[in-house]
Amino acid sequence: MGSSISWARGLFWKGNRSPLSPFFGSPWGFLRVFWKSCHWAWAIQPRHHLLRLNPQSDPMDPYQQLDFLALDDQFSEEELMVRDAVRSWCSERFMPLVMEHFEAGTFPMELVGELAELGVFGPTVPEEYGGAGLNSVTYGLICQELERADSGLRSFVSVQGSLVMYPILAYGSQEQKQEWLPRLASGEAIGCFGLTEPDFGSNPGGMLTTAKRDGDDWILNGRKMWITNGTCSQVAIVWARAEEGIRGFIVPTNLKGFSAPEQKHKWSLRASITSELVLEDVRVPNGALMPEAKGLKGPLGCLTQARYGIAWGAVGAAEACFDEALRYSKQRIVFDKPLAAFQLAQKKLADMATDISLAQLMALRLGRLKDEGKFTPHQVSMAKRNNVSMALKTSRTCRDMLGANGISLEYHTGRHMLNMESVVTYEGTHDIHTLALGHELTGIPAYR
Amino acid sequence: MNIVACVKRVPNTEAVVKVADGGTSLDESGLSYMISFYDELAIEEAVRTKEAHGGEVTVLTLGPSEGTKEIRECLAKGGDRAELLADSNWLSRDCRASAKALAAKLSDLGADVAFMGRVATDRDNAAVGPMVATYLGWACVTDVVSLEIAEDKGTARRETETGIETIEFSLPAVITCNKGLNEPRYSNLKGIMAAKKKPFEESPAELVDNQASVIALTPPSPRAEGRILGTGPDAVPVLIDALRNEAKVI
Repeated sequence: MGSSISWARGLFWKGNRSPLSPFFGSPWGFLRVFWKSCHWAWAIQPRHHLLRLNPQSDPMDPYQQLDFLALDDQFSEEELMVRDAVRSWCSERFMPLVMEHFEAGTFPMELVGELAELGVFGPTVPEEYGGAGLNSVTYGLICQELERADSGLRSFVSVQGSLVMYPILAYGSQEQKQEWLPRLASGEAIGCFGLTEPDFGSNPGGMLTTAKRDGDDWILNGRKMWITNGTCSQVAIVWARAEEGIRGFIVPTNLKGFSAPEQKHKWSLRASITSELVLEDVRVPNGALMPEAKGLKGPLGCLTQARYGIAWGAVGAAEACFDEALRYSKQRIVFDKPLAAFQLAQKKLADMATDISLAQLMALRLGRLKDEGKFTPHQVSMAKRNNVSMALKTSRTCRDMLGANGISLEYHTGRHMLNMESVVTYEGTHDIHTLALGHELTGIPAYR
Repeated sequence: MNIVACVKRVPNTEAVVKVADGGTSLDESGLSYMISFYDELAIEEAVRTKEAHGGEVTVLTLGPSEGTKEIRECLAKGGDRAELLADSNWLSRDCRASAKALAAKLSDLGADVAFMGRVATDRDNAAVGPMVATYLGWACVTDVVSLEIAEDKGTARRETETGIETIEFSLPAVITCNKGLNEPRYSNLKGIMAAKKKPFEESPAELVDNQASVIALTPPSPRAEGRILGTGPDAVPVLIDALRNEAKVI
């Protein structure tokens, strides 16, 4: 719980928020203000019941996003309203829980209803299917805010929206859209996406999972690995090799032969459930086949959507680390002066602020291109590659600046740093995106 | 029921404010804004009243034309329409001028009930609500922590320093909302999208001359150095004496 010490600290150095209330004229003025603190403490964070001492969930010391290039001017009123709504929700509802869940290796499933109510499941899906019909920039801002909180939270939402709702919307039949999209948007059903296999990650075309026709049905067999939300899903999008090539199926997870054992002992993305999917003679009707997804283009199209969200999300994680390190460096006294007063610290901060600002610009430009219908998968590769790599580097530098505190979960930076090892690997590793860009630039594929 | 929620856009309490050159206004460059905390309760109570009794919620504000984002957020939370009385000079306007302008608009709107925050977090006057009610000749209940409305009257509990009062009042009325009345909801994405399409009218505020004006803004003095009164148990009586007789807080 937030102690009166943290309130007092906030009251003092945020005391200049109101020039009309000069409470601090004498040593006792501070005490008088303290008695008024019920008013302010409540007012700062009206819905926050679980306060912690760490900076980003301390109500008197809230998260401040870096906006060095005044990019807020580039967003519409509506885009900013959505961003701010998601930011508030994360600060007040998710942040107080994240440390315990990260330690326990669990996702706060009790918040799924609130996430649905907030509207972050498939927000770009048209309203007729239960979405909010938002543009891609707004979706990017949502991912940025969710990942500012934790990559596990952003992953939960990315999978539901980009990897489950998107393929149903893009490749599904009318019946499939009507059956699944409203349920997924409302959080009544949680979905997962099964593409990666134990031996096929960067090379999904080699997959061993099979789909064989049996009368009007299909029989699915195989194993999928590293599947976010597998254990808690009601439906899985499963990609399998059929006679005619790779096909995608909408598979309810309660079917006979389907199981999703959880993958334990991760040291990254711990506030997120990761599972295997085991398919043993799972029989699905032909109605489970997504008619418009033929070949590897189907799953890769989904990944392009998800990578777009990651390009924004990674910026949020970096911003969270930077905010924490900047605050810390100003408060932490070493050799009788703040850490921030040392040139080595200032160099790190200047480099990180520049890197983050460049990544923000790249994400924004990509989003505007996407909304104009002009973006390419290679542009997404560039943004995912650059922004996640930047976030990983930034989180490591911030961890270093936090000294010993950097390895404590009481601070957020270490958690983000660990998460970034997953984010730099999934949805196309850094190296695979490097080769994709190399291929695009030279016309020469160098994957193998 | 014709319900109005009066809200004020105020500087974000997380922002570091600076006094502008001239010393009577704030430097607004880079300043971010929000709806005053207690006004969030007013919006929530207005929407809950609509949900219980039907009708329409008008979000009424007196402030600069640039304040549309904050007002749209009120629409996203369930307001049906917004009225912005444009006045760029929000810091130097006195309570009487604000109250007269709001009272005139509430009268035009034919409101049955107007919800306001108990105090705005920028100037801390807690005066406009009761003044509006006085100008209109309406009932006024301040610092309300629970409320029931039935047809043309209501019952409210208000918290005072000496205890809790239960008050019955007739409509129309001005209710000022205090902490504990409700838990404001979050705006959601669909609400934000819907807010874009809701009616939003702007008209110039009809302001009377100020009778009170700000002549100087001074940032808080830096915190004075602490004083060590002693150590161990011997310091306790000295501390108590200081708290009682110097600080006068116990």
